Amino acid sequence: MTDPLEDARQRSGIEIRHLYKIFGTNPGRFIKRVKEGMTKEELNDRHNHVLGLQDINLSLPPGEISVIMGLSGSGKSTLIRHINGLIEPTAGEVLYEGRDVVAMKGAELREFRRTKTAMVFQKFALLPHRTVLENTLYGLDIRGVPRAEAEPVARAWIERVGLSGFEENYPNQLSGGMQQRVGLARALANDADILLMDEAFSALDPLIRMDMQKVLLELQQELQKTIIFITHDLDEALRLGDSIAILRDGKLEQVGTGQDIVLRPANDVNRGRVIRASRLARPLAEGEAPPEFRVDGYRVLERVAREMAAAGVAQATVLDRKGVATGVIDSEAILNAMVTPAEAP
Amino acid sequence: MAECWGLPELMCNFPQLSSGTLRAMRKGIDGGFRDIVRQWSDVIDAATAPLQLFLNFLEDLFTGAPWPLVMIAVLAVVWAGSRQLKTVIGTAIALVLIGVFGLWSDTMTTLAMVAVATLVAILIGLPLGILMARSNRFQAFLSPVLDVMQTLPSFVYLIPVVVIFGIGKVPGLIAVVIYAVPPMIRLTNLGIRLVDREVIEAADAFGADPRQKLWGVQLPLSLPTIMTGVNQTIMMSLSMVVVASMVGVGGLGKNVLQAITNQYFTVGFLNGFALVAIAIVFDRTSQAFGKRLQKHTEVAHD
Repeated sequence: MTDPLEDARQRSGIEIRHLYKIFGTNPGRFIKRVKEGMTKEELNDRHNHVLGLQDINLSLPPGEISVIMGLSGSGKSTLIRHINGLIEPTAGEVLYEGRDVVAMKGAELREFRRTKTAMVFQKFALLPHRTVLENTLYGLDIRGVPRAEAEPVARAWIERVGLSGFEENYPNQLSGGMQQRVGLARALANDADILLMDEAFSALDPLIRMDMQKVLLELQQELQKTIIFITHDLDEALRLGDSIAILRDGKLEQVGTGQDIVLRPANDVNRGRVIRASRLARPLAEGEAPPEFRVDGYRVLERVAREMAAAGVAQATVLDRKGVATGVIDSEAILNAMVTPAEAP
Repeated sequence: MAECWGLPELMCNFPQLSSGTLRAMRKGIDGGFRDIVRQWSDVIDAATAPLQLFLNFLEDLFTGAPWPLVMIAVLAVVWAGSRQLKTVIGTAIALVLIGVFGLWSDTMTTLAMVAVATLVAILIGLPLGILMARSNRFQAFLSPVLDVMQTLPSFVYLIPVVVIFGIGKVPGLIAVVIYAVPPMIRLTNLGIRLVDREVIEAADAFGADPRQKLWGVQLPLSLPTIMTGVNQTIMMSLSMVVVASMVGVGGLGKNVLQAITNQYFTVGFLNGFALVAIAIVFDRTSQAFGKRLQKHTEVAHD
């Protein structure tokens, strides 16, 4: 048995170097001027081209979950599609095992996608005419693995993601959470080193999402894949990411561990402004009287802290959207949450 | 002569080429066309020979076989396609009525014609539709051609068809195919283009090559639309066999044509209804078949 950690150190990570992507009819014409410092606004207003990604330099270490976070329009989905060549950059390199993915064409690129990468999509993108089982072995089918060999693999993964008994169902007979489990099983059955997850859990409702995050972390413990996870949710990024890169307007704004991002935010992406009070509310103890001061559960911590400071109280009752008390929050918990990642409930 | 309201001649009657020029042009084109056809007649005959053979074979089979056998075969096909008892029963009733009114053999001739025409239309239409879906340039080229094929009065293109291929079954078949193939091409194109882009991206991400994408994703997912195209093609060839009877296609269409020229009211309607009956049988069967192909779209979870 080789030590998976030792093994990971010898595996190749992904190096993204000086990556630029310009969208428009003639991107090549402007790449030089963009490199020389033409702004995104000038490119857009005067030349009607959109600067999607600007000078991205990023190391994605092997065997780790690297989260790329950003708001919609920040270019994160564009960036992840460069790693398996679904989008061609205007300039730059994506290096894996010493080879440049950008330079790969046709059969070579297909071979790379078949053997080295697997992808999970935001809207699942399952094949509606294939059953769960057939979806799961799709990647193996494409590679030409005989069914007799592929089926046991697929069945094993279906079981791992908790879908036993649904092998013969069609995707739209399943709920969203179950469909994404199929998406995950399909990606894992490919047994590729790189797992690309494009807002994989964003379309799921919060509880199922948390569930899937747990599933992913458990699997990763054992599989040690190089996972690139795209999200717009800081909570999710902090929970999953060994490292987090923040993308804004097509530029990398900050790269670091979860702690770096929270303690030394490069901008106002700040836990206090994203975590809601309802997440920290603890239930009232038996016989405890609820504090008189009340806050709305959907308010972010920063706002709640300001309200509580203004009122001069250290404790408050948290209300849900219907005005029903759901628990108590105190200033110590708020302070802790704004500094260290909150425990998953 | 139009009234000129005192306008000069040029503003009054639209300036046209002189009648002499027009006549010379007509003669030149018609003559040249005829010469080319004469020169290539051997090649044209050789090219259409397999079609002729196939058509004759199928027609002989349909008209020559004992009627109970044909009936069972037709009902079996309808059952295999639709899996609906009511469609099978309806078909049986229609066939019995057709036989009772003495139209069995003519109906079989028409059935053979429509079957071959549909087959040829699918063989031409499917690949063209696939090409059209893959290339925007080809689509831009083919779309106006299809527009012309669909709007040009069928009598007009019967003329060159007759000049090139003469009178008979094969020219009739070609006319039917020209008329019936556009929906097949268009709906194949549309079906493939409507396939969810995310699913295509997923296939790409897993390294599917163009052929795997076409056969594994695009065609299966566009099958319902393609089946609508097949259905339309069948319907259009059925309506066209009447017109094609003008160039020597036999069967129900020929009877209708005779009824028109002789004002045989009853014969016209009987044959017309026989065509309608076949059309309904084809339509219900192919639609039910198309629907069965979409089994996976049924939503079963709450």
